Amino acid sequence: MKCQMCENPATVHLTDIGPGKKRELHLCAGCAQARGLVPEQPGGQLNLKALLSLLTGAFGGGKGDRAARRAETCAVCGLNLAEFKAHGRFGCEHDYEALRAAVEPLLERVHRGTAHCGKAPRALRVLAWKQQMQDAIAAENYEEAARLRDLIRKAES
Amino acid sequence: MKLDALLPNLGEWLRGTGPESDVVLSTRVRLARNLSGLPFATRAGPQHRSEVVARAKEAIAKATDGHKLEYFDIPSMPTLDRQFLTERQLISRELAGSEGPRGVAFDATETASVMVNEEDHLRLQVLRSGFALDEAWADIDRLDDALEARLNYAFHTQFGYLTACPTNVGTGMRASVMLHLPALGLTKQIEKVFRALQKINLAVRGLHGEGSRAFGDLYQISNHVTLGKSEPKLLSEIREVIVTILQYERQARAALLKERKQAEHDRAARALGTLSSASMITAEETMEHLSAVRLGVHLHLIENVPITAINQLFIHTQSAHLQKLAGHPLGGEERNAARAKYLKAKLRELGARQ
Repeated sequence: MKCQMCENPATVHLTDIGPGKKRELHLCAGCAQARGLVPEQPGGQLNLKALLSLLTGAFGGGKGDRAARRAETCAVCGLNLAEFKAHGRFGCEHDYEALRAAVEPLLERVHRGTAHCGKAPRALRVLAWKQQMQDAIAAENYEEAARLRDLIRKAES
Repeated sequence: MKLDALLPNLGEWLRGTGPESDVVLSTRVRLARNLSGLPFATRAGPQHRSEVVARAKEAIAKATDGHKLEYFDIPSMPTLDRQFLTERQLISRELAGSEGPRGVAFDATETASVMVNEEDHLRLQVLRSGFALDEAWADIDRLDDALEARLNYAFHTQFGYLTACPTNVGTGMRASVMLHLPALGLTKQIEKVFRALQKINLAVRGLHGEGSRAFGDLYQISNHVTLGKSEPKLLSEIREVIVTILQYERQARAALLKERKQAEHDRAARALGTLSSASMITAEETMEHLSAVRLGVHLHLIENVPITAINQLFIHTQSAHLQKLAGHPLGGEERNAARAKYLKAKLRELGARQ
């Protein structure tokens, strides 16, 4: 039997029997380890959390979804969706984009929102003020435009 | 600044003088920030971590926002000192116990601190006495600006400040208020309050944060959501809830005073008696009694014990503090004896009486 993730022979076989259904997972040692299913050192316990997330996760045993998996891996730090699901931590700032398809529903569940509205770094704040100043000038609201001009000057000095 | 110099001191946040300080001990606001271009903690090697430390130290040294922060290296710090800083709420247990280059910078008043290489590259914190969400936010906002002027933060136009854990993304802000709720505990209403809090998405924890038990009727209440709402909005949501809890606690205190003043006086007096005469006492028992005394003081059943002193004893009777005072490590029983001795001496100094 071949590994469901790659072409190597599967040596790790997991069966999850739930109410009314049974799911099986067949992986090679390398893929199982890479997904945090078995510890690197011998003698450890199965990582139940990683297992659950794999069994219930987006990718099943289907063929030809290697491209999909590649799309779910961060090109910068190499974190993939399964690792993220197992540990719940991002590896770098680019993961939010790389795993966006999974991140957005998660954020919606945790925060009941997916878009930040709050403080931003100074450079972005200045950009926003510049836009607002242009709008104020267009609307002939010179008082507001002058206030924004002063803010921008202060931030840029 | 030498760490030992902090020992007899009291962080500003423990003065017990801030607004609503009969119920609110302190207010804390923290911001999670990461540096752009460097991997987060789980993917960072020693070189990356050293790079984070180097950049952070430089920015901290040059930041002039009013708080003069001094940096302390954690790996070269003895275990006891790390525990000491944890007890003073300046670092987390995670920062004390993890591996690799990391550290903390804080000011002499222990108001502002910056942890470096905790779960995120930077964890800024401001601690204030009493109920002071706006002041704490204004303070940390300034500190954040000062650091940001010299650091390139990881920021996303949609997701906001990017953090290692998705539960912190967006504002990266966690505001938490430490409450002393003995009367709600005594009148068995506390569980009800907490069930209500969880429903509206606020988290409740003990004195030392996640997973710690609520000894001495001390509870930390904090926001859970960090994304989708602005900092002032999040703060106002917490404020609203805290104000309600304050009212409940005060009502419960008034009821205790009205219905069983004698019994409450007795309870506080016995607690003070135990604290000032025991020859061995555990940290848990100490906190339970200190809680009773603190309530007794606020109900005007006990005189001559300043609240600041009680607040101080909550922190100074913890094990690393006692061991630093002793000047050497102490075993469990020795600690209990040292704690009793310290309490006896302090309370005698105050001339406490019921």
